[in-house]
Amino acid sequence: MPPKTCALCENAKAILKRPKTGQQICKDCFFYVFETEVHNTITQANLFARGDRVAIGASGGKDSTVLAYVLKTLNERYHYGLHLFLLSIDEGITGYRDDSLETVKRNQQQYDMPLKILSYDELYGWTMDRIVSQIGKKNNCTFCGVFRRQALDRGAAALNVDHIVTGHNADDIAETVLMNIMRGDIARLGRCTSIVTQGEDTIKRSKPFKYAYEKEIVMYAYFKKLDYFSTECIYSPDAYRGHARTFLKDLEAARPSAIIDIIHSGEAFEIREEIKATQKIQQTCKRCGYMSSNDLCKACTLLEGLERGMASSGITDRARKKLDAEGPLPENLRTIPFYQPPSGNPNPTITIGS
Amino acid sequence: MTTISLRIEFGGGLELLFSNEKRHTLTLPSMVSSDNNSKTSADALSGVNTKPADVEYLVFYLRDHLLQERPELFMESNTVRPGILVLINDTDWELEGEGEYVLQNNDEIVFISTLHGG
Repeated sequence: MPPKTCALCENAKAILKRPKTGQQICKDCFFYVFETEVHNTITQANLFARGDRVAIGASGGKDSTVLAYVLKTLNERYHYGLHLFLLSIDEGITGYRDDSLETVKRNQQQYDMPLKILSYDELYGWTMDRIVSQIGKKNNCTFCGVFRRQALDRGAAALNVDHIVTGHNADDIAETVLMNIMRGDIARLGRCTSIVTQGEDTIKRSKPFKYAYEKEIVMYAYFKKLDYFSTECIYSPDAYRGHARTFLKDLEAARPSAIIDIIHSGEAFEIREEIKATQKIQQTCKRCGYMSSNDLCKACTLLEGLERGMASSGITDRARKKLDAEGPLPENLRTIPFYQPPSGNPNPTITIGS
Repeated sequence: MTTISLRIEFGGGLELLFSNEKRHTLTLPSMVSSDNNSKTSADALSGVNTKPADVEYLVFYLRDHLLQERPELFMESNTVRPGILVLINDTDWELEGEGEYVLQNNDEIVFISTLHGG
């Protein structure tokens, strides 16, 4: 087969077929259109203001590594005036996260960005290794997901940043749309396609790769020879997401636009007012000050269950009732330090020791 | 019998299925069994339909000779599993005819999994 010529510059040899458009393009045009589309996503959604302090949630994996590289490039090219930081969460998974954090430490040098690592051990007094040794592999993703979300906010507060960006890509968002539909999770279905989410006293979060296909992110990392880490978590993967992912990849193989089409469908759903009215109002956790839809936030509930040796109490309502029946919180129980939102937020700053 | 020499690279976590080695070199006969049976010996080929060695055949060959575990993470319905990117001499295989691409001596074929967490 003769080499195909780039559809954009009509000069160099095409090296990639774009999943979004079917266009065949050369390496330089690919770098340029990929970066420019992310730039357009950022400017059209007004993600940043000049002088913003922005933390990149960095796992050492492909998405966050490419995000750090592209944001650094765009910040210089278009003079965004951002102060960029790398923020990593150490879940305490030997043989997995310790290796991927080495990648983030190299990225810190390569991209010349300050790095903050916050560990579950430091924040919650538990590593994932220890949690799994107590509860087993079933449901451990629930703990990890709840703990990570809150850890990112707390790490960002410590860095005093205005904004957290994550490497969630178009494939991730399409997967989440499918999962929320299958679970009937209307509240999350409404939120999961938003490019920016911000609660009253949480730090703004956004997804600059919302429209970036995973294929292009991986190709970008490959052609730029970026240093990233790719190993599956050693604990049970999220089985439900795994099925959604396989289904989505099968759809993509048949019709590449499926991913962007599903995101579009997710955006187009409208939630009826009477359904909205049944959704819980956000408040702050009575124990740790973090946002919550109940008296206790999910992380405090899970942590209490672990501490009292009744780990399932954070997962099912029945187990929670059993925990409550055991009586009041014992003294000297490990709790999460009180949440201090970044400066400019009027919430009280009380520190409760563990 | 003429042979072709190939360089194979695995990335994105796919190397874990191949003895945790990213780079491999291998030699294939230039003509292979049309049914992609990579265990047909060269002598037995005279009795079966043959075709020039292509990427489709290579995928079967890798599964049967190099892969150490969990073949379902590498192959699905006679090709690589969706979510695995293939590059032929640093070009997206979708531009090169995918499985029908006829391998040439000294070609470099890269397989990258996109399925690992980011």
